[in-house]
Amino acid sequence: MSDDNTQIRDAIKSAIDENRVILFMKGTPEQPACGFSARTVATLQALGTPFAAVDILPHPAIRQELSALSNWPTIPQLFVDGELVGGCDIVTEMYANGELAELVGVEQPADAPVQAAAAQPGQSPPMQIQDRP
Amino acid sequence: MPTAKDIKRRIEDRIPDARADVEDLTGGGDHFRATVVSPAFGGRSRIEQHRMVYDVFGDEVGGPIHALSIKTQTDVEGGRATPDPDWREP
Repeated sequence: MSDDNTQIRDAIKSAIDENRVILFMKGTPEQPACGFSARTVATLQALGTPFAAVDILPHPAIRQELSALSNWPTIPQLFVDGELVGGCDIVTEMYANGELAELVGVEQPADAPVQAAAAQPGQSPPMQIQDRP
Repeated sequence: MPTAKDIKRRIEDRIPDARADVEDLTGGGDHFRATVVSPAFGGRSRIEQHRMVYDVFGDEVGGPIHALSIKTQTDVEGGRATPDPDWREP
């Protein structure tokens, strides 16, 4: 593993440790670059929980290191309290049955389950992991 | 490009007593949705169940298979198996 990759892996670990609810995604919550990421963002926003978001697209090593760390091949990936919760399918399912609200510690919204991927802008600041040599 | 039938066969070959329904979401051979029923999922977390399905394809998921949407069920959850007659409420 190159030094760059080690640095990226450490940055990912720190981000997961320092943010109780963190989503690794393609694009940003304001501009998701993939339907699965958009849907997961919409679900978290519908839940009304604050969350950090990391765009994995700027550098391929972010995705490589994340998947090596989490043993999960696809994006998005949601972590809560340092643990991988899952991707879009699991997040959607857990939202619909109330497990996600319980895990995050918020009240289940009255209008759950969510179907639409209508991302609402400006609710959470995207966190960038920069690839600095 | 794998077909939905290929994906189904590979899942059923690898996961014990699995039954898989696979749909090619775009017709392009790279976005699939799989519903997999297997007793092998019993006692495992949802994450572990999905990992078992992803593991069938290794690096292909995220590569040639751009997206594999998964829903897993044990037989009992799927309502397809007879419950164990010897089972008693603990």
